[in-house]
Amino acid sequence: MSTGSENAFANRHERLAGFPIAVGSWAIDFWDMLITWITALGDIVVFGGRTMSWLVSRLPQRETILPNFYQIGVLSLPVVALTGTFIGMVLAVQSYSQFRVVNLETRLGAIINMSLVRELGPVLAATMLAGRVGSAMAAELGTMRVTEQIDALSSMGANPIQYLVVPRFLGCLVLIPTLTIMADFMGVVGGWFYSVYRLGIDNHHYWENSQKFVGAFDLFGGVFKSLFFGAAIALISCHRGFHCDPGAEGVGRAAYSAFVNSFVVILMLDLTLGIALDSLYLYLWPQGASFI
Amino acid sequence: MMNARTFVGCSASTGTRSLARTKFVGCSASTDGSNAHVCSEISVSSPSAKSADARAPLVQVRGLYVQFGRQKVLRNIRLDVPKGQTLALIGESGCGKTVLLKSIIGLVHPTAGQVLFDGVDLSHMSDKELTRQRIRFGFLFQQAALFDSMNVAQNVSFPLRQHTHKTPEEIHEIVLSRLAEVGLPESVLTKKPAELSGGMRKRVGLARALALDPEIMLYDEPTTGLDPIMSDVINELIVRTRKRYLVTSIVVTHDMNTARKVGDRAVMLYPLVRLSADEPQIIFDSVPTELADCSDRRVSQFVNGEAGERLMEMREAAETSGLWSARSRL
Repeated sequence: MSTGSENAFANRHERLAGFPIAVGSWAIDFWDMLITWITALGDIVVFGGRTMSWLVSRLPQRETILPNFYQIGVLSLPVVALTGTFIGMVLAVQSYSQFRVVNLETRLGAIINMSLVRELGPVLAATMLAGRVGSAMAAELGTMRVTEQIDALSSMGANPIQYLVVPRFLGCLVLIPTLTIMADFMGVVGGWFYSVYRLGIDNHHYWENSQKFVGAFDLFGGVFKSLFFGAAIALISCHRGFHCDPGAEGVGRAAYSAFVNSFVVILMLDLTLGIALDSLYLYLWPQGASFI
Repeated sequence: MMNARTFVGCSASTGTRSLARTKFVGCSASTDGSNAHVCSEISVSSPSAKSADARAPLVQVRGLYVQFGRQKVLRNIRLDVPKGQTLALIGESGCGKTVLLKSIIGLVHPTAGQVLFDGVDLSHMSDKELTRQRIRFGFLFQQAALFDSMNVAQNVSFPLRQHTHKTPEEIHEIVLSRLAEVGLPESVLTKKPAELSGGMRKRVGLARALALDPEIMLYDEPTTGLDPIMSDVINELIVRTRKRYLVTSIVVTHDMNTARKVGDRAVMLYPLVRLSADEPQIIFDSVPTELADCSDRRVSQFVNGEAGERLMEMREAAETSGLWSARSRL
């Protein structure tokens, strides 16, 4: 017994002695992580600057633009349309019971369509793009980095940013608004279909309320935000690919970190731009329409 | 410049070196027939080539240091490569040969020091100027680095499509002639890199590197992973390329057959971790025939492929690091 209690005492004593070391080690780790984050942020800003510089100085060739546009725009359309439809229907399902309590079922069109064009459409399209296209871009460019294909491009006098990043950046920037509009449209259709044909809300009042509360500015705001999302997805994903670690694990890490980082940045941009657009709206129309 | 270089631990004869040097300069200054035509085309494509002294080394590495994070790879490397010379850069894996090669073309940025190509420092250039200079290089990568998404024809024609205004027919003709030079039939044109053998990929890579008639060819371990016959085929191609295009070449290799067969000069690098602070990293710099007679134990060990005490040293190092990590865990 005594040996056991002595051991316990000794262990506790060691743990206490190790505590300052653990705190110090944790502080060093935290500092290293902070430095890594700041370096990565600076690096991505420089990367973005170089992309912009090539974008304005020399447009990429048609043969590099078309496959990227097809991959980013055409192939993403079905999945964006499908998720848009479902999110519209889910919104109808979730909001109906709340609105029914206060006998405002006919206002369902306003809340569904407002949520879709302002928030869910752009964010959903961007998330799908980050998941489908962003991680694929990071994996593709990462593999090219690991197999020295990016170095080969440089050695042949083709700038990798101009050849690989600019077409992808342009593709995301130009096509994300169309994907957003598609997500908005299919969401509106899905929400309307479920509300009118499943929940039995009057068709006329549904659209009348939608028209009263959802304006062109809401649609513009959503599409405007999507431009920033598209640019962020392209830059983050290409940057992750360009800085891929060697090996299969490195490529895998590049792919998932491209999605995770893009998604976090999308949400941060969404909040910032949401606040900015709201302030602009109140500035332009001080007596903005109230919902109820 | 060559005579000023320090030779470490080797009994290289100065007379032989001087003769060899005269030969290199003579090659680059040769004005007969088609070779002179190639040279004049190159100098037209690069304005700086006109201004540079024809006898000046094409590549000058001055006090080059390269470090990745805390890992030091190159320390105070000084190296001049005259025009027309074929330099075999040898050394064991991880000694920094490839890093030096990539520093020369500007793919790796020096931590300190300079790499001058034709008198111009590549590390302080804008993206666009660097792009223009790189057209003068041809680079054969270790795994050939062919673009997966393109077929052979598209791979070989890539530099031509990027930098010339030739018609598709002219490009096709050049692609066929380059492939024929490296011994590949027309039937490979439509094949993807994944469908080719290692030797074929290397040869397609060489055809692509030669597409724009480069002034300097850089080869990164050209025979690694190939069978002995295909290795010799690649060696032959390197020799022929040098004769046909009068290119300056730097061949990174740890294959002694390659170093002896293709090199006019051999330079051996030694890993920094195995050197003390005041020892130079270049431990041999002379003609390849003198490699066998070198009195430096480190050079003869590499040339003869002897493990010596290396396995014992590695095991001791592994055990020591294991003890350290165990202590740090405690």
